[in-house]
Amino acid sequence: MYLSKDEERMLVGEFGYAMQKAMEILIALGKIYDAEKLIPITSAHISGVSYANVGEDGLEFLEELASDGKVLVKTTLNPAGMDLDRWSLMGIDREFAENQLRVIDVYRKMGVEVTCTCTPYLVNNMPKLGDHVAWSESSAVVYANSVIGARTNRESGMSALAAAITGRTPLYGLHIKDNRQPTVEVRVPQPDGEFGFACLGMVIGRLVGDGIPFIKGMFHAEPDELKALGAALASVGGVPMFHIEGITPEAKEYTDRSMEKLVVTEADIMSIKKEYTSEADPDLIFLGCPHLSLIELKKIASVLIGKKVRKKLWLCCSKHVKLEADKLGITRALEAAGATIVCDTCPIVAPVRDLGISVVATNSAKGAWYSRNLNNFSVKLLSTEECLREATE
Amino acid sequence: MPQGSDRMNAILELRGRVIKGGRAEGEALVSSQPISFYGGIDPDTGIVREKGHELEGKSVAGKVLIFPHGKGSTVGSYIIYRLKKKGVAPSAIINQRCEPIVAVGAIISDIPTIDCVDISNFKSGDWIKIEDGKIIVERR
Repeated sequence: MYLSKDEERMLVGEFGYAMQKAMEILIALGKIYDAEKLIPITSAHISGVSYANVGEDGLEFLEELASDGKVLVKTTLNPAGMDLDRWSLMGIDREFAENQLRVIDVYRKMGVEVTCTCTPYLVNNMPKLGDHVAWSESSAVVYANSVIGARTNRESGMSALAAAITGRTPLYGLHIKDNRQPTVEVRVPQPDGEFGFACLGMVIGRLVGDGIPFIKGMFHAEPDELKALGAALASVGGVPMFHIEGITPEAKEYTDRSMEKLVVTEADIMSIKKEYTSEADPDLIFLGCPHLSLIELKKIASVLIGKKVRKKLWLCCSKHVKLEADKLGITRALEAAGATIVCDTCPIVAPVRDLGISVVATNSAKGAWYSRNLNNFSVKLLSTEECLREATE
Repeated sequence: MPQGSDRMNAILELRGRVIKGGRAEGEALVSSQPISFYGGIDPDTGIVREKGHELEGKSVAGKVLIFPHGKGSTVGSYIIYRLKKKGVAPSAIINQRCEPIVAVGAIISDIPTIDCVDISNFKSGDWIKIEDGKIIVERR
């Protein structure tokens, strides 16, 4: 792999320990994927934040890196294992909270913005069409590639951090235009709302595995709906990006391409919901996987106004979005109805099993999938409206 | 020339691609199956605990661990780091084709690692010396 003079100096440690380690990681990845060189990136997004996943060992390594490491580009952070301010209200114990805050402090010391969200594109980490970035968090990767048209591989937390420290990433995979071509055409009916898009994502993800679908048959799609679609695609399959004819920015280049064709029906989409029909009453109903946008919070508030929430209802979003909602009086309205706004985290990365939760309801196909497969919860997958009805009944 | 039964002979010298440079030696522990460090190896003892794995019950501590490639969660990189801190990491790693979990784990843990080697050349119990991309295999 070609290295510039500066990159060679980084590799031999002239710019310190963190830079050297980060460079070693990127070069190893470059070798593995046959990259010819490193390219500059404009932003990074780092997963591996919850103390439940990082653990004492991961934290120890991060502390070593932070001894002299600083990020060179705009870098945001994925959700942590708790609301950083209101963890005790969530029922998180002090020991976990203290360890979690140590992880956060290490990232902050390196210059990472403590956004703690899986939706960096909603908190001002918004690349431009064609920008090279290094993002981890599979749902954000799909959104960046597909909806924004920025270019990123599916990074791990560590490779994204290495990219942030050096401001570079190896040139391979989705950074190269040829690798962004669709691999299979999927004709679909117009899905209904975020929930319909999420279920469609599960269906297509199973069909295409880690391929790139070219979706035809949709007339319109809101950003929040594409967020739900991408999250589902990335969790069940390994889909790194999608194209939608007439909607996503790179789709027009592939309109006339001939490729394998698949068809998804309304019945296929409906069948996803039937896979998650827990009979038990949910201990927790959560919305916001991926994190809710301001628009989604507004919609939920408009449903809940004048009603009384009778079950534990978590609305998960970034602190950034909550602050906007605070200004508009939305937070007050939601809390008056009895909902809890949970920032910086979600039930997938928080130690929710310790909170006595075993049955959950959600409108998120990704959330349902991980709740069952990672946390062994019993799961009800419902539309947003049904979730809110369940919470207020 | 007759040899003592416990005498090791250098039988092979191979070259591979350096993922993490360095010098190491140790007894080979060979798996024809991929290894998941997260969930597959006890991070405090170095003992393989994946049910039904051909190395189940064996320790990777101090061994030159030879397997086709890693698999599973990227948390596996941190497991390799923990093995190192506990003193039960492999002394070196040889892969058929290294992937990012093992590569990142080896780099942050300073474990010499080589790939692009035909691992059918090795048997558990061989004595392996590696120095950057060079591998010397000794066998009784």
